[in-house]
Amino acid sequence: MIAAIIFVVSIVTFLQFFTSYCRSLIAASAKQPLSAETRDVTGIADRVAARSEDYHRIMQLLQLCPERPHDRGEIRAVHAYFRLLRTFRLTIGRLAPSLQPWTETQGARCAYFAAVALDRRIAFSRDIVASQINLTY
Amino acid sequence: MLGSFDYVLWTVGWLLELSVVVCSVYRGAFLKYLALNLYMTASLTAGVARLYVLIHYGFTSPQYFYFYYYSDALLTIGLFFALISLYSRVLEEMKAERLVRLGSILLLAGTAWFSYGIVQQSAHRLLTHFVVELSQNLYFVGLILTYLLWGTIMKLRETRTRLIQLVLSLGVYFSGFAAIYALRNLYPPLHTLLGHLPQFLACLLPLAWAYAFWRLPESARLAPARLAAVPR
Repeated sequence: MIAAIIFVVSIVTFLQFFTSYCRSLIAASAKQPLSAETRDVTGIADRVAARSEDYHRIMQLLQLCPERPHDRGEIRAVHAYFRLLRTFRLTIGRLAPSLQPWTETQGARCAYFAAVALDRRIAFSRDIVASQINLTY
Repeated sequence: MLGSFDYVLWTVGWLLELSVVVCSVYRGAFLKYLALNLYMTASLTAGVARLYVLIHYGFTSPQYFYFYYYSDALLTIGLFFALISLYSRVLEEMKAERLVRLGSILLLAGTAWFSYGIVQQSAHRLLTHFVVELSQNLYFVGLILTYLLWGTIMKLRETRTRLIQLVLSLGVYFSGFAAIYALRNLYPPLHTLLGHLPQFLACLLPLAWAYAFWRLPESARLAPARLAAVPR
């Protein structure tokens, strides 16, 4: 009986801590403006313009760019958070529709996070190309 | 018998633990977060000692079983002290460190006594059951303490990003392991079905701490209200 209570409480708090941790990762990117190039590519002008539906499209663009070793862990954590949100929206969200705007806001933050990551990868790719050109000449 | 993937995860865990210490030294945070770094060093040492016991006595030997679970219980107690140091940092302006220390020691002693009390009722499997019961309860008490600390952070509107991320990752670690041990206690055959999940989870804490030391400067700030799981 005690083990069952511990199991249930642990799962609930695990989800809560994991959600807050991912949000702390996302919060850091919320302050960063996007470059003009990334704004053009993603169609997202600023944080307010980001929508949950944009997330997968931006992730596909992100996968086209060379990987930056520094942001791999962050992107995986936020991707897991986005999937958790989607599961939440499809299950509990249907039973309690008042939670739908909240999941939408969170999804939009994930999309903006992905756009910031894309911005960094574009800059990273540009640096790689520039260094290769310098090596050639 | 351990497979090559187990050894890979083991090595990754060591490297991550080492990277926590290296990153904090490099960023000048070693002494500021001394208890956390000492825990990581102890965990690294315990990992090497476990490998030694494994090679000499074998994976299925009682020596390895007891060494693994008792070192795990000792490390969890060590992690308690790391958590207490985080409490001290959050409450440093309130001068409540002595109270926190006393409370946590009483809680630790109470947990050990409670675990022993439960297991004593089934004396025929005392030692083997005690270690799993104790680990489950230690992780659960750790989870409660972390949750209280998280509540305090929200209440006091603590804004230090690094501190917030250290606490949250500790919460993920404690709650994950408390759930795993509770599940094992409920259904012992699940031990084999859980596969590499505990090892994978064990890698997440040093990964998150190394990230916090490496990427986040001490001056980074964050509004904690943005992180509440429940919308405010």
